[in-house]
Amino acid sequence: MQPAVTLRVTRYRPEQESEPTFATYEVPFRKDWVILDALNYIKDTLDGSLSFRWSCRMGVCGSCGMKVNGSPKLTCASFLSDALPGPIRVEPLDYFPVVRDLVVDMSDFMRKLKKVKPWIIRHDERPLAEGEYLQTPDQLDAYKQFSMCINCMLCYSACPIYGLEPSFIGPAAIALAQRYNMDSRDEGAPERLEILSEHDGIWQCTFVGECTKVCPKHVDPAGAIQQYKLTGAIHWLKSLLLPRGAR
Amino acid sequence: MEFVQYHPTGLPFTGILITEAARAEGGWLLNKDGYRYLQDYDLGKPEPKPVLRSMELGPRDRLSQAFVKEQEKGRTLEGPYGHYVHLDLRHLGAGVIDTKLPFVRELCLKYQNIDPVKEMIPVRPVVHYMMGGVSTDIHGATPLPGLYAAGEAACVSINGANRLGSNSLTECLVFGARAGEAAAAFAAAQREPGPSVLAQADDEARRLEEKFRRKTGGHERIATLRAEMHETMEESAGIYRTGATLEKAAEKLQSLQERFGDLSLADHSYTFNTELTAALELSYMLDVAEAIVQSALRRRESRGSHQRTDFPARDDTEFLTHSLAYRGADGRPRIDYLPVTITRWPPGKRVYGR
Repeated sequence: MQPAVTLRVTRYRPEQESEPTFATYEVPFRKDWVILDALNYIKDTLDGSLSFRWSCRMGVCGSCGMKVNGSPKLTCASFLSDALPGPIRVEPLDYFPVVRDLVVDMSDFMRKLKKVKPWIIRHDERPLAEGEYLQTPDQLDAYKQFSMCINCMLCYSACPIYGLEPSFIGPAAIALAQRYNMDSRDEGAPERLEILSEHDGIWQCTFVGECTKVCPKHVDPAGAIQQYKLTGAIHWLKSLLLPRGAR
Repeated sequence: MEFVQYHPTGLPFTGILITEAARAEGGWLLNKDGYRYLQDYDLGKPEPKPVLRSMELGPRDRLSQAFVKEQEKGRTLEGPYGHYVHLDLRHLGAGVIDTKLPFVRELCLKYQNIDPVKEMIPVRPVVHYMMGGVSTDIHGATPLPGLYAAGEAACVSINGANRLGSNSLTECLVFGARAGEAAAAFAAAQREPGPSVLAQADDEARRLEEKFRRKTGGHERIATLRAEMHETMEESAGIYRTGATLEKAAEKLQSLQERFGDLSLADHSYTFNTELTAALELSYMLDVAEAIVQSALRRRESRGSHQRTDFPARDDTEFLTHSLAYRGADGRPRIDYLPVTITRWPPGKRVYGR
C-alpha cells in the first residue's frame, strides 16, 4: 500500500461559515513533496474549492506563506517529511485578517511598506547621458542581505509585538527601509526617519528575534531594527545637542 | 506562437531552473557514463575551462536538442520523473560555488535535497519562454485599440525564432515602460465607455456566471485535462516536432476543448475563487496550445526553436514570416502571415565550438 499522511487544513468560506473550521484530507506521502505539493494534490484530486496562494514554487514570489504545525513557513520550501508524523496542521498566517481558507489580507503591510518609501531617493537625478550609478562590491554588501526580502509575511506572523499592536510598522517594512538607507546611491534616509522613529516605528520592537528565525531568505529584520535603533538614537541625541542646521 | 524556448537545465520534478551561470563557471553536462556528451553534437571539443559559445556554453536550443538525441541513444539516466542527465559542479569546489553560485546551492539543498558541492545535479530540458505572444508595435499597442501588452505575454519581436537569455529583462523594463506610458495616454484621451461596451461587459459577466460559477454537473477535472494537455504538448510539439505528431496533437487538443465543456466545478463562491481562475487559465492555455500546434503544423521548415524532423532545413523563400493566429468563427485558430522585415541581422548559419 502507498504510504499516506493526513493534513488538517483550515477552511473558512465567509459566505457559508461565520468561524473557521478544519477539514481533514489524506494525501499520498512522497519524500520529495513539500506541503504545497500536498495542497495542490488536494485541490487537483480531492476538493477543488480549497483556496490558497502560490506561484513560483521556488522561494522567490513569497506568496505561499502559511502556518505549518503552528510555525510560519513557506509551504514550497517545507518538506512533508519534516512535518511528520501528522496529522499536519496547515493554517493561514497569524495576525492578518483571513479572506478565505488559507488566504490572508496583506493590505495593512502594503500600506506600511509604501510609507517607508522603499525606492531610491535622490536630491537630483543625474542625466541618463552620465551613465549608471556605480557601486563597489563592499557598497553592495552593505545592504544586499536586506534586499533579499520577498514580502512573504512570515516575519509579521511570527512577531508577537505585531500581534499585540497592529499599528507597529513591522519587521519587513523596517528591513526594507534599511535596504535603501544603506544603499550608497540613496539620499532618502532623512525622509524615512520620521516614520521609522515615531511611536509605531522601530521603538515598539523589544528584540524578540522571531522575525529573523522564520525568515526564509536570511534577511535578518531583527538586525536591521537594532541597527536602525542606533541611527535613531544618535539622531535624537543630535537633535538635543546641536543647532538645527548641523543635524 | 510556434517558437518555444527550452532551457536545458531544469530539475526533473519541480522544473526549477539551474542557471546558465553554473555552466559559465565551468559546470559539465554528463551522460549516464560520465561522458561530456555535447562533444558529439558539433558543439566543440571538451576543454578543462569553459570556452565561450562552445560545449556547455552552447545555446539553449542546441543543448536541449542534444539531450533528446542522447536519450534516443539510451545514454541518459532514468528516474521517477523521466529521463535526465547530470550537471556536475563538484570540481569547482565549495569556494566558487558559495561565492559565485550561492542560489544554485540553496535551490539544490532546499528543493532537491542534494548538495552540488558533493553530488551531481539531475537536470533535463524544461519549457522556459514563449518567443511568441500578443502582437504589438514598439509602443506595446496591439491591433485591438486600447489593448496593450508587454513582456513574455507580448511579441514585440526583439526575439525571433529563438532568443538569448536575459532579453526578457529588456522586454519588461523597456517595453513594459513604453506600453505603460502609451496605455495611460490612450486611456486619458478616452471618454467614459458607451452603452455598447457596458453591454459587452454584462454579456461576459453572464457567461462567467453561467458557464463557471453557477455550473453544476459535469464530469471532468481541471487537473486531468491540464495534465493531458501538458503531456500532449511535450510529446508532440516539444523540442522536435513532425507533421504526424502535430496532427495528432491537434486532434487531441480539439477533444480536450470538447471535454472542457463538461468540467465539474465545486467552488461557487465569489470570494477568492481559485478554482474559477484555474478553469479560465486552462481554457486560455488550450487556446494557446492550439495556436502553437496550428502554427507549427503549417511551418514546414526548421528555424530556431522550431525543429521539424520532417523538414530539417530553413526555408527563407517560403517561411521568412511571422505566423499570426486569430480565433476563427468556429473557435479554432486561423493562421495568417506577416512578412519579416530584416534590418541589420539576416538569418545565417549558426556555428558553435569552431
